[in-house]
Amino acid sequence: MSYVAVRGGAEAIAQSNRLLDALRALGGDSAPIEIDAIERQMPILHGRVLSEGGLYHPTLAALALKQSLGDPLEAAFMLRAYRSTQPRLATMPPHETSGMRLIRRISAAFKDIPGGQMLGPTPDYLQRLFRFDLIEEEPQTFRDIARGWLGNLPDAALPTSFPKVVDALRGEGLLPQAEPCDGEPFDITRAPLVFPVPRSASLATMARGETGGLLALAYSNMRGYGDVHPTVGELRVGYLPIELPHPVTGELIEAGEVLMTECEIIAMYEDTGTGDKPVFTLGYGACFGHNEVKAIAMAILDRSMQASLAHGPRNPSEDPEFVLLHVDGIESMGFCTHYKMPHYITFQSDLDRLRTTQSKHQAREKETSDAR
Amino acid sequence: MRARRRRKPASYGFGFLDENAKKELRRALLKAVAIPGHQVPYASREMPIARGFGTGGLQVTLALLGDDDTVKVIDQGSDVSVNAANLRKFFALVCPGVRETTRTADATVIQTRHRIPEQRLRDDQILVFQVPYPDALVVVEPSAAKRREMHGAANYARLWTKLYEDMVAFDEITISHRYPTRIAGHYVIDPSPIPRWDVPKLNMADCLYLFGAGREKRIYAVPPHTPAEPLSFSDVPFRVEDFTDEHGHRRACARCRATDTFLDELPGADGVKTYQCSDIDHCTETAKAEPCERSSKSAA
Repeated sequence: MSYVAVRGGAEAIAQSNRLLDALRALGGDSAPIEIDAIERQMPILHGRVLSEGGLYHPTLAALALKQSLGDPLEAAFMLRAYRSTQPRLATMPPHETSGMRLIRRISAAFKDIPGGQMLGPTPDYLQRLFRFDLIEEEPQTFRDIARGWLGNLPDAALPTSFPKVVDALRGEGLLPQAEPCDGEPFDITRAPLVFPVPRSASLATMARGETGGLLALAYSNMRGYGDVHPTVGELRVGYLPIELPHPVTGELIEAGEVLMTECEIIAMYEDTGTGDKPVFTLGYGACFGHNEVKAIAMAILDRSMQASLAHGPRNPSEDPEFVLLHVDGIESMGFCTHYKMPHYITFQSDLDRLRTTQSKHQAREKETSDAR
Repeated sequence: MRARRRRKPASYGFGFLDENAKKELRRALLKAVAIPGHQVPYASREMPIARGFGTGGLQVTLALLGDDDTVKVIDQGSDVSVNAANLRKFFALVCPGVRETTRTADATVIQTRHRIPEQRLRDDQILVFQVPYPDALVVVEPSAAKRREMHGAANYARLWTKLYEDMVAFDEITISHRYPTRIAGHYVIDPSPIPRWDVPKLNMADCLYLFGAGREKRIYAVPPHTPAEPLSFSDVPFRVEDFTDEHGHRRACARCRATDTFLDELPGADGVKTYQCSDIDHCTETAKAEPCERSSKSAA
């Protein structure tokens, strides 16, 4: 009778789900992609899902990517939804990242730093040219890459801890002393953001924020809607040992390690109006996985929002409410997607308003022309 | 490492959410009922359906459902619309034992998007709304921090100004749905995107109305027997959607012939429009009750 199905919603969904699954398998004879292959061969994408999903579960993150056909937003969303079913078991004490097992560590502030610069794996100085031979990569050559690398490792083991660049600057009195970490941090998974929010809430929100969202807002600051002008004091990527209090003794025990990216940006000193000694200012960014753009963008936004404490927000990237309520990928993606759902009741109401307004408008026009 | 990966995958418990989350939701719900129309902030867990698809309503419903409940889910007034079907499938999966119904009269909890059922709800029924924007003030003030202050002081001057400016520009109030409604003489709520048609049903109802905004992390309520007044001027009365035709007759539903329901307008390929009840259950019940009258009318 009409396009509005009186029945059939459930059946249509079932078929749509089947078709989506069939997309993975149709039109080719490739083997199903292995969870392990996703985790190891797409570690950057995988890390992004871990970070935006806000749950460090490497196997489920890889499964989420497989199930979502490679959509990082959908994959992070699956991890988040799974997280809702899990209780909070313990609170970690603050962790020192100087104990990170590093794979990469650089500073743009000094030519050399205590412990040394370590370039590590980075696409920064890669010429973005295709390696056409990878289109058809032989399993043997693929395995040889790892063997060749491991066979040439230097004998000397790396130090287990590297001093932090910012600690040296603090020692010289060029940076403010670290704020004391006393009291429970704000847990964004157990309390909503009601502004103003403490810095721990802001950092936690950005740590699982969407990379593109953080980048866009930070870039607005870099371009001129703001003036952070950051220097990368230190950027480090590596494995951070996680220590949890023992459920009985309360003693800290190492429960495992997580791959993290951390960035501290240094910005110019500001008039705080307090008469204190001027010092450089800091912005901090950290997230799960290897995601340098996210860590840097987060550090810039942390700085820009802190700057607004003294004088109020002067542009979008300095306004905590503007930044923190718009960088979550799960929320923004969900709301964007929801516009595809039926809205015919509200549209009927819209039509009613427009038609009534139009008829009044018409009557007025007629009155005016009659009067002439 | 390998062994860990082969472990049997985790399954989900009754009501999906962990028990602490449900407790928190119930506390927020009690507070919302105690302060009618006040938006209670709550943590809002991520659900396995997308933000914007009713995660707020879903969390409220999951916190309410026990195995002696009968649940009904509607979207645009329909039980079988894709989103309603999807939510019902989810309840069946995570709330084993809970009965499902499409009959309004049989339900103890009804989750809805964009409609209030036509049939008056009883005092043993709860209607749970899915809410995209929990704050009526968002049309005049983007900052949540400022809006909180305005609500505290019951300062709705800018909303009144918006209504007045509409009158100046269009000689009509242009708010079509989500019509700002004052609860118990203090807080003004966004009653969710229900049509104006449904707003009067909020006033002095027998049932409990609960509103869940998942993405915006707010819960609010209109308890039974509570005054709910849509904002209007004494000389510009609040008006619901108009379903009279060009001859001044009230349009009837093409299916059940009812002339007292909210109608969906269905444009046909031939340019002819059909009108049909949006509340499918009510329409079906009406059609059942008056089969003779219906057939004689549709034959005419």
